[in-house]
Amino acid sequence: MHNFSLNIKHIGLFALLGLPLLAMAETPEEKGLAIAIEADKRDTGWQDQTASLEMVLRNRHGQESKRNIRTKTLEVDGDGDKALSIFDSPRDIKGTAFLSYTHALVPDEQWLYLPALKRVKRISSNNKSGPFMGSEFSYEDLSSQEVEKYSYKYIRTEEIDGREAFVIERKPAYKYSGYTRLTTWMDTEMYQPLKIEFYDRKKALLKTLTYSGYQQYEGQFWRPASMSVVNHLTKKSTDLHWKDYRFKTGLTDRDFDRNSLKRAR
Amino acid sequence: MLTRTSLSVLSAALFCIPVFSDAGEWSGYVSGEFRAFANSPADPRQHDNNFSLSIQPEYYTDWDNGRQSFTIVPFVRWDENDNERSHADIRELTWLKAADTWELRAGIRKVFWGVTESQHLVDIINQTDLVEATDGEEKLGQPMINLALIRDWGTLDLFVLPGFRERTFPGEKGRLRFSPRIDTEQTIYESDDKEQHIDYAARWAHYLGDWDIGLSYFSGTSRDPRFGFGQDNKGQPVLIPIYDIIEQWGLDLQATLGDWLWKFEAINRSGQVDRSGQDKSYTALTAGFEYTFIGIADSNADLGVISEVLYDERGDDALTPFADDILLASRLTLNDEQSTEFLLGMIFDSDDAARLLTLESSRRFGDNWRITLEGQAFINIPNVNTELLVGVRRDSYLQLEIARYF
Repeated sequence: MHNFSLNIKHIGLFALLGLPLLAMAETPEEKGLAIAIEADKRDTGWQDQTASLEMVLRNRHGQESKRNIRTKTLEVDGDGDKALSIFDSPRDIKGTAFLSYTHALVPDEQWLYLPALKRVKRISSNNKSGPFMGSEFSYEDLSSQEVEKYSYKYIRTEEIDGREAFVIERKPAYKYSGYTRLTTWMDTEMYQPLKIEFYDRKKALLKTLTYSGYQQYEGQFWRPASMSVVNHLTKKSTDLHWKDYRFKTGLTDRDFDRNSLKRAR
Repeated sequence: MLTRTSLSVLSAALFCIPVFSDAGEWSGYVSGEFRAFANSPADPRQHDNNFSLSIQPEYYTDWDNGRQSFTIVPFVRWDENDNERSHADIRELTWLKAADTWELRAGIRKVFWGVTESQHLVDIINQTDLVEATDGEEKLGQPMINLALIRDWGTLDLFVLPGFRERTFPGEKGRLRFSPRIDTEQTIYESDDKEQHIDYAARWAHYLGDWDIGLSYFSGTSRDPRFGFGQDNKGQPVLIPIYDIIEQWGLDLQATLGDWLWKFEAINRSGQVDRSGQDKSYTALTAGFEYTFIGIADSNADLGVISEVLYDERGDDALTPFADDILLASRLTLNDEQSTEFLLGMIFDSDDAARLLTLESSRRFGDNWRITLEGQAFINIPNVNTELLVGVRRDSYLQLEIARYF
C-alpha cells in the first residue's frame, strides 16, 4: 500500500537517466528524477505483499483511538499497484474492505464493501486528499508512489538522524492532489524516505511524516516498522505500526477482484 | 415469531459449531433502540413510544488457506409492544468454496444487487424484513445454492433458491403498519407449492473503465405481495398477502465520473397482479446522481447531493407508493475519527402533496460503541383507503439506537 513500487514504462530512457555519475551537467531536476527512478528500480520485483498494521490516532489532548487493518498488495507491471485493505477494528466497521487499482495520473478505481448491507459500492476516487479513516494520513499518502505522479528537484545531500539523505522537492502532477509540494529526505543507501514534509494548497507546512525501524526483506526490499505523521495545524497525529510483512505469497489478480472483496477476511 | 424453518435451521447450525470452534472467531453486536412517535396512534390498539433490544452475533471460520469458510449469523429481536416485531432469523449460515474461476456457496445468505439509494428495484433475492425497518433495507436470510463463474468477461452468478420467505409485517399493536393490519396466517400463493416453490435467478456483473454494469434475471415467487381484503378470526377486517409467480429482468448501471456518480436501475416484471387486479407486464426504474463536494469550507468534510427519479409504469395501480416520485437528499460525511455521518432526504410525490422525509445519522464513541439517530416523517398523507401509506400517516418518529460491538 505504501510501497514505493514504481513502474518503468520507458526502460531505455530511464536507464540513461539512471546513471547520475556520468551525467556531469545534470540539472537538479534530472538528478531528482534519477533518484526517484533508482528508488523505483530497487523496489521492483516483490510481486505481492501482505502486512498488518495498527493505526493509532491521537488528538491534540493526547487521547488515542486505534484501528487494525490488514493489507494485501499486488505489484502490477506498467501500472500502479492493486491493493486490498480489510478492517478488523473499530468493531462497528469490522469486515469493511477497500479495493483500489491505483494509477499514476488518471484517477484510481476504487470499490468499498459494506458487510452489513452486503453491498459493493464503486466510489469516486478523485478525493485522494481526503483523510484515510479519520487519520492524519490521506489516501494519496498511502497509495503507491508511481514515478510519474510527481516532478522532481534535487536540493542537497545532508545528514538526518545519523543517516545521509538526498533532499528532494516533489510537486504532484495529479491535479486533485491536496499538496503543492513535498520535501523528501531519501536515504542514500536504502533509497527509501526517512522524512517527508507536506505543503498544503496554501503552500503552508501542513504535516511531517517520519519513517523508522527499516528492515530489509527478501534481501532487497526495505520496509519501515513505523510511520508517524504530525499535523501542524490541528496538532493531531497518527502512528502506523506495521507487522508481519510477507512477500511473494502467490497472490494473483483473482485476489483483487470485486468477488474477493465480499469474502475478504 | 420463530418460524419452524428458522428453528430447525438454528438447531442444525448450533450442532455444527463445535466442529469449528477451535479456529473460528466471534463478532457481532447488541443493540438497544428507543422510538418516539410524534402523534398518538391512528388505531387505539397501537402502542406509543417503544423500546426494543436486538442481538446479532456472527461466527466465522475458514480453512483450506482461506479458500473454504463457514459463517453463521443468527439474529434475535425483542420488542416491548409488538409480538410480530419480536422475532428471530438466520441471516446467514453459509459454506463457501472459492476456486480460481468459480465460487460456490450453499446455505442461507443475504445478497445485494443494485446501485441506487431511494429504492432497490433490481435487488430481489432476499425478502424484506419489514418489521426491522420501514425503508426495506433489512432482509431475511434466503436459502440458496449459488455458483459464481468468474471469467474475463465478468462474473456470472447462478442461483437456485429453495424455500420462500414471507415478508414480515408489524402486528396489531405495532406502529408503522398498513391499515387494516396484515394477517400473515391467511397468506395466499399463486403456486400450489406455496412457500416450497423453487425459484431461480442469474446475474452477470462486470466493470468497464468508469462503468459498473449488472444484468439480472429472476423466475419464481414475487418478494412483493399484493393484498386482498378479508377478516381475521375475530371478524376484524384484515389485508391478506398474495404472492404471485413472476419473471423479472433487471439492469443496473453506475458511471463513476470524477465527483459524479450516475446511477440507473430498471426492471421489467411480468406475472405480478397490480392493484386494479390486472396481470400485465410493467417497467419500473430509478435514475439519478450523487455529486460530492469534497473538503467543504476548508474542512475534511464531504457534502454529497443526491437526486433520483422513481418511476413505475403502473402509476396508481403500482404496489409501491413510489410510482412517480423524486428524491432529493444530502449526505454529510465528516471524515472524522468517529466516522460521523448524516443523510437527510425527502421523497416528493409528483401527483399530490405527500412527502416522505428521512434522517439517518450515526457516530462512533469509544472503540466499540455506535450511536444512531434515525427518523421518518410522513407528511400530507391523504386519509383515504386507496392510499398505500394511509396506515402510517400518524407514525412519524425519531429513533435512537445504541449498539455495542464485540
